[in-house]
Amino acid sequence: MSFLDVKDLKIHFPTDDGVVRAVDGLSFSLERGETLGIVGESGSGKSVTSLGLLGLHKGGRAKISGEIWLDGEELVGATAEHVRTLRGRKMAMIFQDPLSSMHPYYTVGHQIIEAYRIHHQVSKAVAKKHAVDLLGRVGIPEPDRRVDSYPHEFSGGMRQRAMIAMALSCDPELLIADEPTTALDVTVQAQILDLMRDLQREFNSALIIITHDLGVVAELSNDILVMYGGKCVEYGSTDDIFYRPEHPYTWGLLGSMPRLDREPTERLLPIKGSPPSLINVPSGCAFHPRCPYAELTQGKSSTEVPALAESGGGHLVRCHLGKAERRRLWETEIKPVLETQ
Amino acid sequence: MRRKSALAAAATAALALVLSACGGGGGGTAQQPAQSASGGAAQPAFNAGLTSVYNPSTKKGGTLKAAHSSDWDSLDPGDTYYGYSFNFGRFYWRTLTMYKPGPGPEGNTVVPDLAEGLGEPSDGGKSWTYKLKSGLKYEDGTPITAKDVAYAVARSFDKETFPHGPSYLNELLAWPKDFKGVYKTPDADYSSAVEAKDDQTVVFHLNKPFSSMDYVVQMPMTAPVPKDKDTGAKYKEKVISSGPYKFETNEIGKQFALVRNDQWDPATDPNRPALPDRIEVQLNVNADDLDNQLIAGNIHLDIPGTGLQPAALGKVLPDPALKARTDNPTIPRLWYVSVIPDNPPLDNINCRKAVMFAADRVANQTAYGGEVAGGEIATNVMPPPIVGQEKFDLYASEGNKGDVAKAKEALAACGQPNGFSTTMVFRADRPREKALAEAMEQALAKVGIKLTLKGFPASSYFSDYAGNTAYVKKNGVGLAGHGWGSDWPDGYGFMQAIVDSRTIRDAGNYNLSVKNPEVDKLIDQASAELDATARGKLWVDVDKKVMEDASILPVVWAKALLMRGQGVTNIAYNEGQSMYDYILLGVE
Amino acid sequence: MFTYIIRRLIGAVAMLVVISMVTFGIFFVVPQWAGATPEAMASRYVGRAATPETVHLVAERLGFNDPVVVQYGRFVKGLVTGAEYDYGAGVEQCPAPCFGYSFISGQPVWPDLVDRLPVTFSLALGAALIWVLAGVSVGVLSALRRGSFFDRLSMGTALAGVSLPIFFTGMISLVIFSYGLGWTPPGGAWTDLSENPAQWAYNLLLPWITLAFLFAAGYARLTRAGMLETMGEDYIRTARAKGLRERDVVVKHGLRAALTPILTLFGIDFGLLIGGAVLTETTYTLPGLGQFAILAIRNQDLPQVMGVVLIAACFVVVASLIVDLLYAWVDPRVRLS
Repeated sequence: MSFLDVKDLKIHFPTDDGVVRAVDGLSFSLERGETLGIVGESGSGKSVTSLGLLGLHKGGRAKISGEIWLDGEELVGATAEHVRTLRGRKMAMIFQDPLSSMHPYYTVGHQIIEAYRIHHQVSKAVAKKHAVDLLGRVGIPEPDRRVDSYPHEFSGGMRQRAMIAMALSCDPELLIADEPTTALDVTVQAQILDLMRDLQREFNSALIIITHDLGVVAELSNDILVMYGGKCVEYGSTDDIFYRPEHPYTWGLLGSMPRLDREPTERLLPIKGSPPSLINVPSGCAFHPRCPYAELTQGKSSTEVPALAESGGGHLVRCHLGKAERRRLWETEIKPVLETQ
Repeated sequence: MRRKSALAAAATAALALVLSACGGGGGGTAQQPAQSASGGAAQPAFNAGLTSVYNPSTKKGGTLKAAHSSDWDSLDPGDTYYGYSFNFGRFYWRTLTMYKPGPGPEGNTVVPDLAEGLGEPSDGGKSWTYKLKSGLKYEDGTPITAKDVAYAVARSFDKETFPHGPSYLNELLAWPKDFKGVYKTPDADYSSAVEAKDDQTVVFHLNKPFSSMDYVVQMPMTAPVPKDKDTGAKYKEKVISSGPYKFETNEIGKQFALVRNDQWDPATDPNRPALPDRIEVQLNVNADDLDNQLIAGNIHLDIPGTGLQPAALGKVLPDPALKARTDNPTIPRLWYVSVIPDNPPLDNINCRKAVMFAADRVANQTAYGGEVAGGEIATNVMPPPIVGQEKFDLYASEGNKGDVAKAKEALAACGQPNGFSTTMVFRADRPREKALAEAMEQALAKVGIKLTLKGFPASSYFSDYAGNTAYVKKNGVGLAGHGWGSDWPDGYGFMQAIVDSRTIRDAGNYNLSVKNPEVDKLIDQASAELDATARGKLWVDVDKKVMEDASILPVVWAKALLMRGQGVTNIAYNEGQSMYDYILLGVE
Repeated sequence: MFTYIIRRLIGAVAMLVVISMVTFGIFFVVPQWAGATPEAMASRYVGRAATPETVHLVAERLGFNDPVVVQYGRFVKGLVTGAEYDYGAGVEQCPAPCFGYSFISGQPVWPDLVDRLPVTFSLALGAALIWVLAGVSVGVLSALRRGSFFDRLSMGTALAGVSLPIFFTGMISLVIFSYGLGWTPPGGAWTDLSENPAQWAYNLLLPWITLAFLFAAGYARLTRAGMLETMGEDYIRTARAKGLRERDVVVKHGLRAALTPILTLFGIDFGLLIGGAVLTETTYTLPGLGQFAILAIRNQDLPQVMGVVLIAACFVVVASLIVDLLYAWVDPRVRLS
C-alpha cells in the first residue's frame, strides 16, 4: 500500500437544484517524496478533492464515500476530531490567495505560532523561535523582524512564502498546494515553485499540486491526473502527459498552456465551450459536447460513459476512441501544431 | 388657579371615553358605613371617600409612601402655587387659617389654624386682624410669633426671588411705595401692609375692602418663616417646620422624607391627626408606573391628586374590585372655549352669540369624554362645588344640540348672514382639546362659520399663543380652548383670574376673552361685600354678565377619578382641596 | 497617533461649540421668530396668574432682555470662569465649569449632572454587558445553525426586541415581575453602588434586562450577519486546515473579524446611552441624565438643557474617539493619521 491511497472517492453535495457530483469516483496513490499534479479547469472537482482529503469539504451536508488511506489509516470513516488532529500535522495545505487566506488581524508570526502550538505543547517563545526559523527557511529576509508583521505588510510573493512556512510548521508528510502560484506575478511564480521543490526534497513529503495550468506542474510532478466533470480522464507520468497524451481534453489543456514567449491569452487549440455543470453532467462521456472528435465514436460518446482504461505503463485514459486512433490523432493533428509554436 | 399637570388632562379625556362606554353611574351610590377602630376592615366601595371618611383610624405609626409624576414648583411656602402643594404642605407648615379637614360640603369652609379664630375685619373690610395661639413652636423649639408671620408675608412679596407663588397679597395689601422685598430693601418698614402688633397679633392692611381674606390667609404665604433662618431662594432646600413633620432629607427633583417634629404641640392643633411616623415622597416618577404602583399597593398616595392616567383607567374601570377603590368627585374646574372679541366680526356681541347658539354641547361633552368622566354639561361659568353657585342657561337648545335658527338670527343681527371665518387655537398635546376643536368646527360649519384649527404645545400656549395678545390680534384668533380650576371655592377664587379684564397683559394671560367693564365693576362689588350670602349672589351676577357677554362658551364641569391607596387609613375627599385630605391620612 | 488625538479633540471642542450655539439658538431664536418677547419667555418660569411685574422681574433676572449673543457670551463665560448667583438672601459662587442655574428650581446645573451620572452609567454599563454577551452569543449560534429552529426563534425574538419600545416592554415587565410576581423592585428603586452593591444590582436588574433586550436584538442580528460573512472567508478555511478546534476557529478567527463593526456600533451606542438612557430612565423612574434631559426639555429649562446636551455630546465624541483608537488596535490594516 502506498503512503496515500485514494480509492473510488465520491463527494456529492445535495442542493435544492439537484445533487452536485463534485468528485465522482476518483482513485490515485502517492508515495513520500513524490509529487502529483491534479489538473483541470475550474469546476472540474479538483479543489473539492483536496478539501476532501483534509476533511474540509463543506459542512455536514456533503456526502463522501470511498476510501482515503493515509499512512495506513483510513480517513473517510474516521471521526472528525481524529481527522482534525491530523490536519496541519500529518497533512497541510497551501492556498491559492495568500492575502485572503491569512487572517488580516493577526501577525504572520502569530498565525504560524498558532499552527505550531495546536499540535505541539510548547511555550509561545519556543514556538516563536520556530516561526522565525521557518520564515528564514522559506526565504524571507530579516525573519526575526518580519515575524511581527501583518499579512497586508507583505508583498504577494512574501505572503505565499509565509503561507508555505505556516503549512510546513509541523513537518507535514502530505502537502497539498491548491493553485499556489495563480495569484502571483510570473517571475514570483517561478521562485515559489523552486522553493516548493527544494522544500519537498528537504522534508521528503508527498506533494499534491492542484492547478489549471499544466505549465506549473511540468517540472515538479512525477505524475499528473487530469480531471474533468469530477472524474479522472487521464492519468500518467509527467512524460506520458506531455509527450504521449491521449485524451482530447488533455490536448486542449496543452494547447492552452501559457508560455513566456507567447501572449498569455492566445490559445492555439482552444477548448470550445465551458466546463459542464456538476449537477447536470452530460450523458455518456462528460466531455463529448466539447470534443472535436466526438463524431468518430459513432454516437457512443453521448450514451455510454467510457471506462478509465490502461494504455500501457500505468498510463490511464477515459476515452471511447481506440488507442490507435488516439495515437494517430496526436501524432498527425495535434503534435505538429503545438511544435510549430 | 392651582396648576394641574398636563398629564391630568389626558387622563381625564381617556377616562371619559372609557366611562361613557361603560355607562357606569357617577352619583347616587349608597354610602357604605365604614368603621374600624384601627383600620383595615373597611369595605371598599365606589365613591366611599366622597361624603364620609373611608377606613377611619386613629392608629399612629408606619411610613406613608407618596409619589409624584412631576415635581413641586417649590417646597418653600412663599413660592408655591400647586393645589397638592397647598394640601401636602400642611404636614410641615401651619397657616393662619385652613380648610376644615374631612369630607362633605363642610370642607369648603375655613377654620383657624395658627390663629385662635377667623379674621376680624375692620375699617369696612380694609383691615383684617388675626390672633395667634400660644405655645406654637418651630422644629428647633423657638416660639412662633406674629412677627414671623408678617415676615413670611413680606418676603413672599419679592417676586424676583419667589416667582411661583400667588400674587394675591402683593395686590391686596397696602405695600409702601419703595418696598422691593425683604432682601433688596432690608430696612424697609412694611407695617403699612402687614403688621405684628405684638407677639400674638397680625394685622393685614388692604388697599380696598376685600371679603375673602380668610380664604387668602389659608394659603402658605402666611406660614411663618424665621428671619434668621431665611436663605431666600435656597430656603426650599431646608424649610423650618411649623407643622407636625419636619424634613429629614431633601433631594430637590428626586425625593424627600419627613419625620415627626417633636416640637409640634398637638394641643394647639385639633385639625391634624398626624398618624404616620414618617412620610416619604418620590419625585418625577413615571406617571403610568405611579398608577401601577398605586394599584399594586407599592405606594399609598399619588401626590398631584388629578386622577389616574389613561392606561390605568382601562384597567381599573372594568374591574369591580379596583373600581371600588376609587372616588369620582366633580371638581371645581371648568373646561371651556374662550370667544375672543379682539378681531372682527367677533368684536360684535351678536356674532359671539351665534357661536353660543351654534355650538353642539353634547358633541363638545363627548369630545371631553362624555357625561360621567368628562363631566357634566356646563351652562354657565362657575362649577357646582363653588360656594353659592347657581346653575342657569342663557343659550338653551333642544337636547343641548345647538339651535341653528337662533344662531342664524344672531348672525343676521351681526351683519354676517352667511357666516364668517375665524381661527380656533387649542393645545395640540391634549387629545380631548383637539377633539373639542374638531367638534366645534363641525357644529359651527352648519351655520356658515368656518373654523381654521391650529394646535400649539401646552407649555407655551399662554405665553406665546392664546395668552399672547399680539399673537391673537396678528393671527385673527377667534376661539381658544381653555380650562380653569379654582384657588378657593368661592366666586373670587374661581372667577377673578379669568374674567377680570384688568389682569390682561401682553403675554401669559389666562383671561383670554372677557373684556367687559360691567363685569369688572361687579367683581369689585362682590369682593368688597362682607356678607357671605350677598357676596354669593353678586358672583352669580358676574357669572350671568359674562354669559350675556357671550365671551365664554362653557363645555363641561370636570370630574376626576381618584384611587385610594391600599393600606391607607382615614381617606376622605376634601372639597376645599378638591383632592383627598392629605393631613388626615394614616397607614395600617 | 498623538497628533491624531489632539486633532480629534480640537474638532470635538469645535463641535461642542456648534452644538451649544444651535441649542441656544433653538431656545431663543425660534420663539423670537414666532414673536415672543422677553416677557413672554419669562412667563414660562413664573407661577400661574403672575402679575406683569413678576414676569418683568423674572425676565430681568434670567437676562432675557439682553441680545442672544450677550446671553450666549455669559453662558460661555460661566463655563470658563464661573458665575455668581443671587439667591435673594445672599450671593453664591458657582465655580467653573458653571452651567448656570435652573430657571425653574434655581439649583446649580453642574452638581445635578455629576450627581446623576453614576445612575446612567450604572444602567448603561450593566445593560451593555448583558446585551453584548447575549446579543453576540445568540448571533454566533444563529449564524452557525443558520436556518435551524433556534435561528428562526432567536431572529424572530430579535425582530420583536428591535421593534418594541422600552416604555412598553418596561411597563409590562414592571407589572408582571414587580407588581405581579414581586420578584423585582418597583419603579423608582435606586441604590448607589458604594452603598450596597447587591441592592444596586437587584434594583437595576429589570432596567438592565429591558434596555439590553432592545440592544441585544440589534447586536444579535448584526453578529449573525457578520458571522455568516466571515465564516465564509478563506482565512477560516486556513484556520481549519491548520487543525484548529472548531470552537477556536469560530471565536478566535470568525468572531474576531465579525466583531469589528459591532465595536463601532457599541462605542456609539454606549456613548449615547451614558448621555442619557432617556426612555429607560423615564419608564423606571431612575434619577439619571436621561430623566434629567426629559424634565429639562419639558420644563424648557435652558441651563439644564444646555448642560445635559453638552455632556451627552461630550460622551458621544469621546466614545467615537475611543472607538476609532480601538478600531486601529483591532484591525491592524487601519492606520490613524
